[in-house]
Amino acid sequence: MKIVVCIKQVPDTKGGVKFNPDGTLDRAAMMTIMNPDDKAGLEAALRLKDQYGAEVTVITMGLPKAEDVLREAIAMGADKGILVTDRVLGGADTWATSQTLAGAIRNLEYDLIITGRQAIDGDTAQVGPQISEHLNIPVISYAQKIEIDGDSVIVERQYDDRYHVLKAKMPCLITALAELNEPRYMTPGGIFDACEAEITVWGRANLVDVDDSNLGLKGSPTQIAKASDKVRKGAGEKVTLDTAEAVDYIVGKMKEKHVI
Amino acid sequence: MNLEEYKGVYVFAQQVDNEINSIAFELIGKGKDLAEALGTEVTAVLVGSDVKGLADELAEYGADKVIVVDDPELKEYRTEPYAHALASVINEYKPEIFLVGATAIGRDLGPRVSARIHTGLTADCTQLEIGDFPINPVPGKEQKHNQLLMTRPAFGGNTIATIACPDFRPQMATVRPGVMQKRAKVAGAKANVIEFNPGFTPDNKYVEILKVVKAVTDTVDIMDAKILVSGGRGVGSAENFKLLDDLAEVLGATVSCSRAVVDAGWKSKDLQVGQTGKTVRPNVYFAIGISGAIQHLAGMEESDIIIAINKDETAPIFDVADYGIVGDLNKIVPALTEKLKAEIAAK
Repeated sequence: MKIVVCIKQVPDTKGGVKFNPDGTLDRAAMMTIMNPDDKAGLEAALRLKDQYGAEVTVITMGLPKAEDVLREAIAMGADKGILVTDRVLGGADTWATSQTLAGAIRNLEYDLIITGRQAIDGDTAQVGPQISEHLNIPVISYAQKIEIDGDSVIVERQYDDRYHVLKAKMPCLITALAELNEPRYMTPGGIFDACEAEITVWGRANLVDVDDSNLGLKGSPTQIAKASDKVRKGAGEKVTLDTAEAVDYIVGKMKEKHVI
Repeated sequence: MNLEEYKGVYVFAQQVDNEINSIAFELIGKGKDLAEALGTEVTAVLVGSDVKGLADELAEYGADKVIVVDDPELKEYRTEPYAHALASVINEYKPEIFLVGATAIGRDLGPRVSARIHTGLTADCTQLEIGDFPINPVPGKEQKHNQLLMTRPAFGGNTIATIACPDFRPQMATVRPGVMQKRAKVAGAKANVIEFNPGFTPDNKYVEILKVVKAVTDTVDIMDAKILVSGGRGVGSAENFKLLDDLAEVLGATVSCSRAVVDAGWKSKDLQVGQTGKTVRPNVYFAIGISGAIQHLAGMEESDIIIAINKDETAPIFDVADYGIVGDLNKIVPALTEKLKAEIAAK
């Protein structure tokens, strides 16, 4: 079985988030990481590899430094890494990004494509389903459990108040939730392999069946009209009181605001 | 693409088990504002099996027209037949705006449809208006009027971006539930109902549903609650949520939680507030043992009154709290519950 996992390098907004005095995000103080939902997708692929045997190829689109997340993926157990990078691909929205990744994946053999549900920087959850549309294969998003059954895949797909158990013929694309699993750590052997591994680098010329008019900033139907750092609601009062005083304080405020 | 051919504001009227989701009425409400600005109408697109009877309810909330796509293949939500239904409606009727709820269904369906018809899709919008693009004139660039300007948070809610889709139609957006206002229901209102069936032939993209498992829950949807008692990692254990349950009971409130609590398995996903959970705007939001990661703040900071209890005085939750109490929740919460009981009993 051949599995392609799409991963993205993102700024780390979780955990060590730093704020500027005006309440905006201090990006300079933040590290980059493998997007958490993508890491769960990679872990799901590696578990299928452990259970059924599979070749796992990780692919990312980004700046040359995005190679770091491919090496991290190989250190976790992926077999091959492909970096899609080219100046003409920059500024892409989800349409152009999904066209780019679909164009790259057309070079590969695959039974399963796994992507994270969404990236923590854009939060769109669009690129996975859009890739599946361009490749004309089924998509199952929000996967919480994945099993293989012959030439099909059986997936638990989460909704608000229910889940569906779905069966799809492969090839198929699945989007994974970070809640799907606990990703494994890199192994010492894996880290050695990752340092040695040769990363395949593709540019525009390697994309199959994609018109220039669908790539990069120029190929993006959506355009940014305005972007601003959000001004957060200011802090109110903050008090440190013993228990009885704290309770009186809260009840007093609730009365003042006619909550009780 | 001749952009002039595309007219009207369309909304996807999501139904599950033949019950219309509240997001459909919210989209009609917002759609009316946009349609009034453009001098056009709002059309609700109702997709399912045996759903025609629901059209009147959409009319009562303001839909001028309802397109019903009714087919046995559409009984349970599946990406492919639903994507085919919406893409066919768009190709046939050519709307200039198409809105979809940013629900688990809408966020799956929207991207598939936008990719099929080649247009842009802006995810998870919290504000929609009609305006010019570029917003201010730029020398050498045509300023287009009557564009849909779609505003959404990114970077876990820390950045706000306004997006336009000037050269493709329809302009598509998914819209966050709980943000747009429904219009008042007009009993007996009728819409022009049109039945449309593009034909459904199963192919490789149709998945088979082996089983539907519904979570059994008798609790109030946290998006509808007036008072939320929300707990985070600081609560410490699933058992210790008892303290929050007791407080909620006294106040007639509902318990919700942060993502860390769901990840730890203490509470179910439908109670999660935040970027990957639900957006809530209760009258009062108690944040108890919640540090206030930006993803969490994005889902609750519009609450009218935020009361935070946390032992860490540097917790970011205090940056948005109206009333912040630095202290031990294990002492304060039970004492608060007792005091409120006494106060309410005395009335």
